[in-house]
Amino acid sequence: MTRRSLLASAALLITTVGAHARVVTKVLPWRPNEAYPVPPISPGGYLFFTSGEAAVVDAIVDRLIPADDLGPGGKDAGVTVFIDRQLTGPYGGHDWLYMQGPFSLTPLPSQGLQSPLTPRQQYRLGLAALASYCNATFGGRGFAQLNPDEQDKLLTGMEKSEVKLPGFDSRMLFNAVHTNTMEGYFADPIYGGNRDMAGWKLVGFPGVRYDFRDVIDKPNQTYALPPVAMQGRPAWGEQN
Amino acid sequence: MARRLPRKDVVIVGLGWTGSILAYELARTGLEVVAIERGPWRDTATDFNIGTAPDELRYAVRHDVFLRPKQETLTMRNNPSQTALPIRKWGSFLPGNGVGGAGVHWNGQTWRFLPNDFRIRSHMIERYGEGFLPEANHIQDWPVSYDELEPYYDKFEYLAGISGKAGNIKGDMQPGGNPFEGARSREYPTPPLKQGYAQELFTKAATGLGLHPFPRPSANISAAYTNPYGCSMAPCTYCGFCERFGCANYSKASPQTCVLPALIREPTFEARTDSEVTKVNLSGDGKTATGVTYVDLNGEEWEQPADLVLLCAYGLFNVRLLLLSNIGKPYDPGRNEGVVGRNYAYQTGSGSTAFFEDAKFNPFAAAGSLGAAADDYNSDNFDHAPHGFVGGASITCAHTNGRPILYHPTPRGTPTWGSKWKKAVNETYQRVTNVGAQGSVMSYRNNFLDLDPTYKDPLGRPLMRMTFDYQDNERKMANWMAERCDEVAKAMGAKATQLNRLVGPWSVVPYQTTHNTGGAVFGNDPNTSVLNRYLQSWDVSNVFVMGASAFPQNAGYNPTGTVGALTYWSLDAIQKYLRSPGPLVQL
Amino acid sequence: MMRRMNADGIGTVLIGHLKVGVVLAALLATDNAIADSDKYVDNMRGRALATVGDCVACHTAPGGVPFAGGLALQTPFGVIMTPNITPDDATGIGRWSRDMFARAVHEGRRPDGSYLYPAFPYPYYTKVTRQDTDAIYDYLRALAPVSNSVNRNTLPFPFSIRSAMLGWNALFFSSGDFAPDPKRSEEFNRGAYLVEGLGHCGACHTPLNALGANKADHFLQGNNIDDWTAPNITNDARIGLGNWSVDEIVQYLRTGQTRTSLASGPMKEVVENSTSKMPDADLKAIATYLKERGAAGAPAPAPPSASDPQMRIGEAVFIDTCSACHMRTGAGVEHIFPRLSGNAIVTQDDPTTLVRIILTGTRGAGTDAAPTSPAMPSLGYRLTDSQLAAVVTYIRNNWGNAASAVTADTVKALRDRVSNPSLQAISR
Repeated sequence: MTRRSLLASAALLITTVGAHARVVTKVLPWRPNEAYPVPPISPGGYLFFTSGEAAVVDAIVDRLIPADDLGPGGKDAGVTVFIDRQLTGPYGGHDWLYMQGPFSLTPLPSQGLQSPLTPRQQYRLGLAALASYCNATFGGRGFAQLNPDEQDKLLTGMEKSEVKLPGFDSRMLFNAVHTNTMEGYFADPIYGGNRDMAGWKLVGFPGVRYDFRDVIDKPNQTYALPPVAMQGRPAWGEQN
Repeated sequence: MARRLPRKDVVIVGLGWTGSILAYELARTGLEVVAIERGPWRDTATDFNIGTAPDELRYAVRHDVFLRPKQETLTMRNNPSQTALPIRKWGSFLPGNGVGGAGVHWNGQTWRFLPNDFRIRSHMIERYGEGFLPEANHIQDWPVSYDELEPYYDKFEYLAGISGKAGNIKGDMQPGGNPFEGARSREYPTPPLKQGYAQELFTKAATGLGLHPFPRPSANISAAYTNPYGCSMAPCTYCGFCERFGCANYSKASPQTCVLPALIREPTFEARTDSEVTKVNLSGDGKTATGVTYVDLNGEEWEQPADLVLLCAYGLFNVRLLLLSNIGKPYDPGRNEGVVGRNYAYQTGSGSTAFFEDAKFNPFAAAGSLGAAADDYNSDNFDHAPHGFVGGASITCAHTNGRPILYHPTPRGTPTWGSKWKKAVNETYQRVTNVGAQGSVMSYRNNFLDLDPTYKDPLGRPLMRMTFDYQDNERKMANWMAERCDEVAKAMGAKATQLNRLVGPWSVVPYQTTHNTGGAVFGNDPNTSVLNRYLQSWDVSNVFVMGASAFPQNAGYNPTGTVGALTYWSLDAIQKYLRSPGPLVQL
Repeated sequence: MMRRMNADGIGTVLIGHLKVGVVLAALLATDNAIADSDKYVDNMRGRALATVGDCVACHTAPGGVPFAGGLALQTPFGVIMTPNITPDDATGIGRWSRDMFARAVHEGRRPDGSYLYPAFPYPYYTKVTRQDTDAIYDYLRALAPVSNSVNRNTLPFPFSIRSAMLGWNALFFSSGDFAPDPKRSEEFNRGAYLVEGLGHCGACHTPLNALGANKADHFLQGNNIDDWTAPNITNDARIGLGNWSVDEIVQYLRTGQTRTSLASGPMKEVVENSTSKMPDADLKAIATYLKERGAAGAPAPAPPSASDPQMRIGEAVFIDTCSACHMRTGAGVEHIFPRLSGNAIVTQDDPTTLVRIILTGTRGAGTDAAPTSPAMPSLGYRLTDSQLAAVVTYIRNNWGNAASAVTADTVKALRDRVSNPSLQAISR
């Protein structure tokens, strides 16, 4: 409590009128310390994937974005961790989406997402179907035990819907992992992927600096400053 | 049973651009005004905090600031022979939510329609004959002219601090501006944004081809500005987190930066957030609105009586409220009768992606409205006779961002993953730009809005159903425009270009624009419009309906500038109405 | 008024039989004399004076009725609840006479002789003329009485012993009217009267000694109050108002804004409740006084070199987090983002305000003429203690600024007091 009265706090009164609305009058609402940052992910381990599932996802994302001289692959960039944590949040359950039935079995392509399966279900069921398929097709070897060429061939087949997984649409699984891999490789590192801003360094995206007037003033020039994330960068003196 | 609250003079449904402007202008005359908004309060420093705002995953991909489809969505189909299914996840368009509405997360491209756009039907018949118009069209002249609307365009532009270069001041042509624009009374309030490298190349190339490029008018403003309401803004820093995001540094025009600080000081104004209006209530004879009913966070129903009801909930949701409240006759495409839901239109997008041998476009240094544009192919600025389509497009070289989750371009044919993909992403990001055409969409008999027979919202009310597809006219026009874009892209020195044509049925999946127009059209004839020329309901004279839902069809521009102008235009009429209630147009 | 006259025995009979002049003199001399029976002019005057004194700021609880008391004041000795000064008989000053009110304001004594604590700034109000005190009294008594009983005994032992104030007053309080300086202009003296009296600016802007008294020899040289820095407002060129013109000071007091600064924190409320409602002539007098009474302030310390590790870190954080609003040049943007380069508020000896507003955010003053009330976002969640210390050190020592460096420990201690513990720095 400061010495001076907080007369402005009248703005946040819940009045008896319209009792459960937030009523705003007279002053713009403001409170100290009010911000809504994303909580950083808890590091280490998996909260959704079993270790078997994580090993398969690691292998897939490392083929989708392989390690090479342009930078780390999906696995080392933390993409599997990213996907794992995303699946435990509202995205994983499609919590914000319209998930009321009836669900059509014959939607038009122009009507977009119509499956009742949430991302959590897609991964759980899809990875199980993939495991089954690999077990039957590759003499007991799982996806993670295949060599890179075999993996690439299988992924290509899934992408084109030419591979038939038992009880699961292979393209649905492929699209889920591919989409989440792009997200995980290029999203802010606070979400668990894009470790050391590897994805941003791949394209030359400087991150969240929020001020590029100097770039506009110097057209067609190389941008010199290293990328910065919401949690900062090495020059801020503390490692994330 | 809804509990009745004390009466207010005015109830405003939705507190976005149109709602906040009307709330301020009416409250400052002493009227008791309540704005009811179903989303949360939003404020710059709290909700668009500079350390949380630039988060592509959260806002651009997971849609944090948009309406949750779970709360309300639409069903869609391309034509009446199909069964509409819910838009379970937004794609093609992204409706806003919360105080500020789409004014929070828009790009800020702020245009005036061209004079011909307002009398497009008459003009085209005069020039090309009625047979030239597309099949089954519902193209209508607007009930206002550009000249009538000009002072109100000016008012909105000065409210928002729009950055631009005038092309025509009272008939005096100005170098560097758009020579096709309707005459304006004065220069823009702030100078144009600085252009990037791609815009320099475009400007040179387009000029060389005989076009007339100019800087795109922008609500991301170029200089510190204080508007007529006393609200202050800062200059844009080209951060590249514009569309889909709130602005952290007061440099994008929005209700937050331009209206709310003045509005909230009006002692007779009250905002109620997290409250969803479910319907407009009518008297027994259906001719007068008595107020609205809304549902609060606990699911309890309240009745807010008022003398005047202003629907400001975004065009689509205004139409749905009219349908759910039985205001106006719903449109029946089979019989071609009725008006509510009629003349729904959208926007076309096409163009050419330009790949350069060597360039550093730095796409991340961007503003939502940064761009170089040319209107030579817009509206009826060129002879359509040889081409067999109506309508036109503004051609622009712009990118609004370089955010890598959604923008990591590669040439067509590149694999979508693997080492080759990675190499292409690394090499292409800095070396690609695009020339795009944003084009008009006419209104047609079979593009419309109505209530869905199957799917409902969490309150049990039917969702609205959108029946829409691009017609042959729009495809032809858009694909012709793509070739024009390609000409400029090649003239810019691209080593390779890639045409982006409008193909296939309209799909909800890829983002296109949030330029949904029509459904509660204004006009001079109650048989083909829901509102009279003042945006007053023909059927219930104490209901006015704002938004692009009023457009009889859409032109080759973003709608917001015209939405803002129409709001001020209607405000004059609302004030006349308040002095003498009743229908403002006698038939 | 007529009632009291009758109670005191001065009835209409007397008025009928004595010369008017004598009666008037008698009336003016008594405790409950009538002023103008139409109270308009007096009320306007009293209200204006109460605005200068900003009585409402302390004597109103959050969300409470103005002047009805109940605000918890933090003092170095504990919490004091402010009294109800509406004219309620039972819980306010309904039974106070003018003399009683004057004694409280001038000497810190209640009607029963007990002592008030100098949380009520009577050491400043002692300079207010009796005429002005009476006007304020009349104004307060014209308000509607509000029943609000406030606990006035909240200090812990031994500070609860009010009679101890006798000794404190002997050491630190000298009562007496304001004495204008004949060598100074009328405007200067008016400003002195306002600042040293009702304005009680020194109560915040002067450092305290260990016994909670303002150090008279450091008058207006700045203070830390409630974890805010009340800056030096002498005419010192480095950390005072030396670079401000009289007009800028007036503009600041009137609107909370100048080209370089935006009032926030406690001063925001002073502007909104008090100075923005004062006449321009008074604001100019205050500004004249502050500019002309002299400069006092410690010299600048030697700034750290640009290669100092803390400066390097601070620069990186500044470029990445701050420059989008405050500009790389530290120039800020007029009416929205305060200037950092060459702005005295940045280089105060005490860095508390800078540290706290980065932790918690803050909101600038808003007025009808300038309603935007721009807000600094809260960044306590984003920066660690050492990152925040580094960026504040950088701001205080770049662009020609020079002021003491800030340590991570300073940040941590302040964070523990002002920040929401659930929003920990996200890189910890």
